Amino acid sequence: MSAPQWDLPPELCCRPMAFVALTGLDVVYNAVHRAIWDAFCANRRADRVPISFKVLPGDHEYPKCRTKRTSYEWYIPKGILKTGWMNKHLNLVPALVVVFYELDWDEVQWKEKQSECATRVEIVRTSLQGRNTKVAVVLIQKKTPLPPGEDLIASERAAALCNACDLSGKSLFVLPHTDHLVGYIIRLENAFYEHAQTYYYTEIRRVKSHKEFLNKTTHQLLFVRHQFKTAFFSELKQDTQNALKYYRTAYNLVHELRAHETNMLEIKTMAGFINYKICRLCFQHNTPLDAIAQFRKHIDLCKKKIGSAELAFEHAAWMSKQFQSFGDLFDEAIKLGLTAIQTQNPGFYYQQAACYAQERKQLASQLCPQEGSANSTGPDPLETPTGTLDFYGQRPWRQGHQSIDPPDPEKEKVGILALQRRERGVLHSELIIALLSNAVAQFKKYKCPRMKSHLMVQMGEQYYHAKDYTKALKLLDYVTCDYRMERWWTLLTSILSTALRCSYLMGQVKDYVTYALELIGRAPASTLRDDQKSRIEKNLIKVLMNEVPEAEPDCDQAAARAAHDLWAARVSLAGSNELAIEVQDYVPFVQCKAKFLSPSFHVDVPVQLHVYLKADCPHPIRFSKLCVSLSNKEYSQYCVIEESCQSNDILEPSTQENMCLVPGKMRKYSFKFVARTEDVGKKIEITAVDLMLGSESGRCVFLNWRGGGGDAASSHEALQASRSFRRRPSRPDNQLDWDTISIQANTMIISRVPRISVQLRHEPPALNNEMYCMVVTIHSQEDAVAKDVKLTAGLKPGQDANLSQTTHVTLSSSEMCDDSHPALLPDISLGDLQPGQKIEKPLYIRCGTIGSRIFLVHVSYAVHTIVEDKEIVCKCHKDETVTVETVVPFEVAIKLVSTKFEHLDRVYAEIPFLLMADVLSASPWPLHLETSELQLAAPMAAVGQLESPLEQVVLQTGECASECFCLKCPPVANGTSGVASGRYVISWKRKSAGENVPVVRTVITLPHVIVETIPLYVHAGPPAAARPAALNPLWSPPLKDAPRPRHCSASGVCIIMNLKSSFITAGGGKVRLRILPGAEQEMLYNFYPLMAGYQNLPLLNINLVRFPGFTSQLLRRFLPARIFVKPQGRQADDSFIAAA
Amino acid sequence: MAVCIAVIAKENYPLYIRSVPTEDELRFHYTVHTSLDVVEDKISSVSKALVDQRELYLGLLYPTEDYKVYGYVTNSKVKFVIVVDSSNTALRDNEIRSMFRKLHNSYTDVMCNPFYNPGDPIQSKAFDNMVSTMMVQVS
Repeated sequence: MSAPQWDLPPELCCRPMAFVALTGLDVVYNAVHRAIWDAFCANRRADRVPISFKVLPGDHEYPKCRTKRTSYEWYIPKGILKTGWMNKHLNLVPALVVVFYELDWDEVQWKEKQSECATRVEIVRTSLQGRNTKVAVVLIQKKTPLPPGEDLIASERAAALCNACDLSGKSLFVLPHTDHLVGYIIRLENAFYEHAQTYYYTEIRRVKSHKEFLNKTTHQLLFVRHQFKTAFFSELKQDTQNALKYYRTAYNLVHELRAHETNMLEIKTMAGFINYKICRLCFQHNTPLDAIAQFRKHIDLCKKKIGSAELAFEHAAWMSKQFQSFGDLFDEAIKLGLTAIQTQNPGFYYQQAACYAQERKQLASQLCPQEGSANSTGPDPLETPTGTLDFYGQRPWRQGHQSIDPPDPEKEKVGILALQRRERGVLHSELIIALLSNAVAQFKKYKCPRMKSHLMVQMGEQYYHAKDYTKALKLLDYVTCDYRMERWWTLLTSILSTALRCSYLMGQVKDYVTYALELIGRAPASTLRDDQKSRIEKNLIKVLMNEVPEAEPDCDQAAARAAHDLWAARVSLAGSNELAIEVQDYVPFVQCKAKFLSPSFHVDVPVQLHVYLKADCPHPIRFSKLCVSLSNKEYSQYCVIEESCQSNDILEPSTQENMCLVPGKMRKYSFKFVARTEDVGKKIEITAVDLMLGSESGRCVFLNWRGGGGDAASSHEALQASRSFRRRPSRPDNQLDWDTISIQANTMIISRVPRISVQLRHEPPALNNEMYCMVVTIHSQEDAVAKDVKLTAGLKPGQDANLSQTTHVTLSSSEMCDDSHPALLPDISLGDLQPGQKIEKPLYIRCGTIGSRIFLVHVSYAVHTIVEDKEIVCKCHKDETVTVETVVPFEVAIKLVSTKFEHLDRVYAEIPFLLMADVLSASPWPLHLETSELQLAAPMAAVGQLESPLEQVVLQTGECASECFCLKCPPVANGTSGVASGRYVISWKRKSAGENVPVVRTVITLPHVIVETIPLYVHAGPPAAARPAALNPLWSPPLKDAPRPRHCSASGVCIIMNLKSSFITAGGGKVRLRILPGAEQEMLYNFYPLMAGYQNLPLLNINLVRFPGFTSQLLRRFLPARIFVKPQGRQADDSFIAAA
Repeated sequence: MAVCIAVIAKENYPLYIRSVPTEDELRFHYTVHTSLDVVEDKISSVSKALVDQRELYLGLLYPTEDYKVYGYVTNSKVKFVIVVDSSNTALRDNEIRSMFRKLHNSYTDVMCNPFYNPGDPIQSKAFDNMVSTMMVQVS
């Protein structure tokens, strides 16, 4: 009877529904009745009418109705609302009693059955004497009824039955027991519902009618009672709007009551009930703001109504309950679809409820007497004869008492004492925790992480008070992280202090040490005073020495004693005295920063590492071991300092003891080790720093920092320090300032710096396809023998894929590179290199395409060296890269010209023409053209010898070499579409290339030529020059016309010589002749020049009679057009010849 | 008049908290800390485009039975929180606003001090005196 005392009664919290009693159903043995009952009560969905059904036996005794009062004149009410009233109308007094009776219209023994039915109705009526409860009869029939009016017997018998039972026709129903049972049942219950509505309506009228008899002085309580009853009946009638109205009136009336100490509880209880109903209906009407407003009003009105000061905890309990039940209502409304917000959600009400519950607890602890004083001998004043109260909110020892003063002060005192005693038995913390956890759930939902944390702290504290330290620690531990992150140190310290107490009381060594080491830490993070820190540190030292620490102050005495024993047991327990604590995420009292002196170390230099430690606790603390773990475990052995180790180089000289940290002073520990050669190119990381406090003999606590140290507060402190304007105090001993030390948790081992030089000698750019020579010179500057020198040379990987296919590298100059050679020559072994020795290695590179390429020359070797008295083999390497451009060495232009050096776009079959090749050097270096060669394709034939004049020629930049070949093409079938003429091959190399370097053969495919056939060919044979030497123009070289028809048929030719004034001509001016196929006709013309110098020769017009399209224009190109007439010199110079 | 005045850094750690000495100081710390939930929510709910026009005064953050908590956020996301006793109904919104304005001005003065390192706890005497004028006077 502790907590439920303040709970709202269930009949208040449920939704009132019309109560209908069903009688005459045998649901146990009769299957039909069972089916009917199931149809009534199973699957009651929201769309069915709100009725609560109950099966009662036919002779059930309903609560007796008291005789109605006719006058209230002398009546003094004893309380506001009877405790049984709501339940009576919800579950005991039905609005309607239904009598089920199996009777068919064509029943043989109708008379007997009818009278039996009437008897049953009568029994029910008698039991309901004085009530307005309706009675209805349902006939269960086996047959389906005929439509109304058709069954004459039915209507006749129905009327008779109504008469016999004294029922109105509306109260008699027929339930055919057929397939459509549920449908019939739904219709039935709708009819029942109407009857019930009428019943409740009359009840409301009845209660209202009392009002006129009441007077304001003596019947104040009745005003409230009647208003409440009206509202409650309205709710049963499902008239919630009016119910709300009546409840509101009732609420106002409650507060109009004369309040004094004796009835304060009753008033508050009723106010709470009515308030609950109003809020509930407001939420139901979807007006949550009205509900909240009503609740606020309620709280404001009732807050100060504390009542008896000796029972102040009751008020707190009641307030707590008000908030809690409102929170429940709010939450329920949310589940039904209401949306809440961050600042207005049920969480706040639960939180406030928890607040009042805490207040209750506090008041209870103040007001309730301690154990032992309770020795009441008399009967328990809280017991009543019936076991329950008659009226809500009254005192058991003076029920019904309504005057201002208590009837019996002695009894009153005993009663209060009993209540106080009972209050002491209440598990307050449990109540508070339940409320807090409700609130936590809500705040989690509405995104209030900090509120949630705050409530969890409160929960933890309650668990602590409830002595459930495990749960307390769990909750507190959970939230410390958030407060630490947000740097709310005051709050963190307070939480940690509680946690420290919990862990002490539980004898949890690890937790105790963890919280202690944070609490004695540096100033902003731990806000404890120095004397407190000092006390905790002393305790910590005790724990380290495996002794029992002092109890924390403010601990429960008994619990502290128990804890002391627990600790003593732990101390005596051997073994398991090693603890590792990850301090990275806390703010421990020892700060640690570890750094490699450099972000990278050469393998031949020892790796150096400094660990800085600083203690912030009030007293010096000694440690027994400091070790640094590195990602490569092998090095960790070099980074340990222990008590026993006396090596001086780890520690700088200091006045303080090696293994002792003095508060505020920074200590530096240096470690040094030689990296393994296998680790070249790898990263070495500080994975952890461990500081061992205590000793093997006592208890060891390892403070473990992941990585290079630092803690939850250090980064922010470093940031603030870096921003600070304050000048760093210059330290006398050249010590660093703590804030300026930055953590360097990893370093890279890089290979030893090579002491060789690699030089490349070459003549860029490279020429396309040539064997480009690059000489690599390796010069050792090592002091020792460089062993196993290896050269990797060639195209640097990672470039365009095409480049690697068109680049070939070889070491041998003697043969040409081809596709079988790789682009990169790996690991060419060069043997050992003595100090000062030099090696030259020529490389030949052939680049098949032009463009730029990056070449890599990588020389690696091993050398023995001594680091820190340790001989190691260092692998060194040196890379050289060079970008080489590849260009075309020369350009070749091929031209076809006639024998007169006229440009030809086509050649004529059987007629000789010239092929000219111009080789223009584009290379910046002199080119040596070894030979060139013309390789003719099948039909082409050379006229005379095909000898190339280009042999062993050197071309400087921009120079051009030309050669000329006289060719002839026989007639070919499809000559007009072009005939392959062959290839032109040039063999060359750069002039600077050595003897043994093979020549490059560059092949140029000659253009296709169009070959055309002509019917007639004219060949003129004039002298190279005419000389009118003598007066006698007897020098008459025959102008030999030899028209040679190509056609097999003879052709008629007409030759007309146009005479010109500069010559005197001898020969036929116009000749007609006929030339047979293949035949030749020679014609001779003599010209006597009249003028010197270049003179146009007479034009020769040739017309072919058979070929009208053939013009002499075509032939004219075979004939000379001009001739040089030499002026007559003093002596004949036969050797002078000039070409026309 | 206020019972607690706090200045919270952008990163949500306290730069300054002052509460009336008669009551539990820790409780005010918790109250201010939990109010940051609402402040954060209010800041983040303002869309990016409206940030410039955002009013610095956030109004009543949340009511508890005993206190009313008001918030104010500067453009640099430094938060001011003023806790007022719920029973103090005389205090109007406008007065709270002017308290925040005064607080902001005084805070600006603190920031203008070249010897103040932003992010450090505020220890300015002038600021302290100004806050004192806004606090409930305890006799």
